[in-house]
Amino acid sequence: MAYFSQETQDASARLTEKWEAEVGKSVKDNPDQKERFSTVSDLEIKRLYTPEDMQCTDFSADIGVPGEYPYLRGNQATGYRGRYWTFRMFSGMGSATDTNRRWHLLLKQGQTGLSTAFDFPTLMGYDSDSPKALGEVGKCGVAIDTLEDFLALIDGIPLDKVTTSMTINPPATVLWAMYCAAAAIKGVPLAKIGGTIQNDMLKEFIAQKTFMCPPEPSVKLISDTVEFGTQYVPRWNTISISGYHIREAGSTAVQELAFTLRDGIEYVEDVVRRKGLNVDDFAPRLSFFFNAHIDFFEEICKMRAARRMWAKIMKERFGAKNPRSWWLRFHTQTAGCSLTAQQPYNNVVRTAIEALAAVLGGTQSLHTNSLDEVLCLPSEHAVEIALRTQQILAEETGVAHTIDPLGGSYFIESLTNEMERKAWKYISKIDAMGGMIAAIGRGFPQMEIAEAAYRFQKQLDDREKIMVGVNKYATEVKQAIPLVEIDEKVGAEQMQRLRDVKRKRDNRAVLQSLAAIRNACKKGDNVMPCCIEAVKNLATLQEICDVYREVYGEYRDPGLY
Amino acid sequence: MVAKPGLDGHDRGARVLARCFRDAGFEVIYTGCHQTAEQIAAAAVQEDVDLVGLSCLSGAHRALFPRVVELLREKNAADITVIGGGIIPEQDFQPLYASGIKAIFTPGASLDSIVEWIKTNIKPR
Repeated sequence: MAYFSQETQDASARLTEKWEAEVGKSVKDNPDQKERFSTVSDLEIKRLYTPEDMQCTDFSADIGVPGEYPYLRGNQATGYRGRYWTFRMFSGMGSATDTNRRWHLLLKQGQTGLSTAFDFPTLMGYDSDSPKALGEVGKCGVAIDTLEDFLALIDGIPLDKVTTSMTINPPATVLWAMYCAAAAIKGVPLAKIGGTIQNDMLKEFIAQKTFMCPPEPSVKLISDTVEFGTQYVPRWNTISISGYHIREAGSTAVQELAFTLRDGIEYVEDVVRRKGLNVDDFAPRLSFFFNAHIDFFEEICKMRAARRMWAKIMKERFGAKNPRSWWLRFHTQTAGCSLTAQQPYNNVVRTAIEALAAVLGGTQSLHTNSLDEVLCLPSEHAVEIALRTQQILAEETGVAHTIDPLGGSYFIESLTNEMERKAWKYISKIDAMGGMIAAIGRGFPQMEIAEAAYRFQKQLDDREKIMVGVNKYATEVKQAIPLVEIDEKVGAEQMQRLRDVKRKRDNRAVLQSLAAIRNACKKGDNVMPCCIEAVKNLATLQEICDVYREVYGEYRDPGLY
Repeated sequence: MVAKPGLDGHDRGARVLARCFRDAGFEVIYTGCHQTAEQIAAAAVQEDVDLVGLSCLSGAHRALFPRVVELLREKNAADITVIGGGIIPEQDFQPLYASGIKAIFTPGASLDSIVEWIKTNIKPR
């Protein structure tokens, strides 16, 4: 059924024609500032959107109401009135004790969920004393080698009340095992703990480049966690299917949308095929993670389109019956790559606008970047401003009073539809290649992103796209801000702790539990129970990951550009 | 040669530069992520490159950049120029220059400025 009555459409056509004539006259005297107006992703935007742009929209099928299929306007019938999004600041630095201190500070300041940043050795499955960890320990996040570090990390955190997200990918099984083991030690049942492991390897091969084993066994390990979570940890989000890093690597918004949802399809297919689970058994615990970039409307439309597309994918492609399986629940982080090292205080403004887009897009959880994150890990002062930005949005501005306030706008609905159409094209293309693992093997998503990143950089150099303080309004005077530095002695202290643990633990028990993991890997069994046993015996992160590397082999960056 | 030392996976800058250098008419080798200083130095010597551009955004540049220069010297390849870029705080510039890094480019550097520096300072050997 047409969205507007014939009468309205006729009136619109008549008035639009009149308006066009007026524009035609005006631009002769006052020409537009540029020939073409486009989003940060280079999608062309028209001067005006009218009812004609919604001609193909069907109200019930395409828009509907929040809490009902296709969820364009939101998963929850009540919106943010019952509960705001979770204020979840991504945080990790130096040692476990340093990070724990920061977590308590953030909770005291009104943060409502935790999110863990690990250092590169931890992210890549190496211990702090590995030669590969040279210069990296505690730098970009917290260093975790054994369960003892993990217990220090969560000291004083009520695991049955606060949910914790962990940005961990290749060694996700190990870190999650540590969380489960820690819960057992603290007497919290697995059924009571809640949180998220990022655990999305496909986007690592596509964009973030934190990988260990080849794609096929990497996905197998993910399916292990989904199966284990379904059976024993029902409140845990076992995958956070992430577009954030795809976007940060330079993709367009449409590519972020398409590649992320296609990754999600790949995981669902693998769990169903490998584990024989019914899609409704696990789909409600799949979660997503998007970027909120600087192009305000494009981001809102991307998030709205994502919700509608995933609902269709789950219902139509996978035949899911439970409405919760149709929900796309997502965390958002404002765009690190939109921030500038020059005039860093401007970053507060950028982050606020991006956070607003995330809220208008209906996010369930949000990290706001600190003004100094383009230069270093956030200082206490900077992170407080970032957290307060969310609290101001939630509690002062009134933007959370009503659900999807931009829904029904000619422009918003038209751009949402356009992005969805373009994303389906990518998804069909990847389907035709045989799926995402096959597409990655051909370098398809990697090269699409490289192309987009290069185009944007050239547009910046040509000043077709503007970054204030960088290629326009640059100043000679520097805005100096205090930078957080991670003390070089953090690495030495961490290595000492690791040596102490290795000295006191029962090495026979460690070797036995590593053998059990090796055996599970070789037989194709679920590794999670053995992993929990191994971390309880104080096996190190790398010892377990070395077993994966030994059985499954190592993946090397093909270095595509 | 554009190289990514250490465990850092932030390769957007490195890959954009590799493309830009290719378009500027240079012959480009890109190592991909997760290279040790040893692997980078060995590849640079083996491929007989004129220039190594190191990119690091994880904070490990302090340990890794000087190590690449040192290894090139050990291999009698001190004539290969090494430059760097990424998230490099200004207070680290002097120690890096002193260790033999010839130029440092940080966020906001235009592609042209980097190509220009190379054309001015690197003569094919």
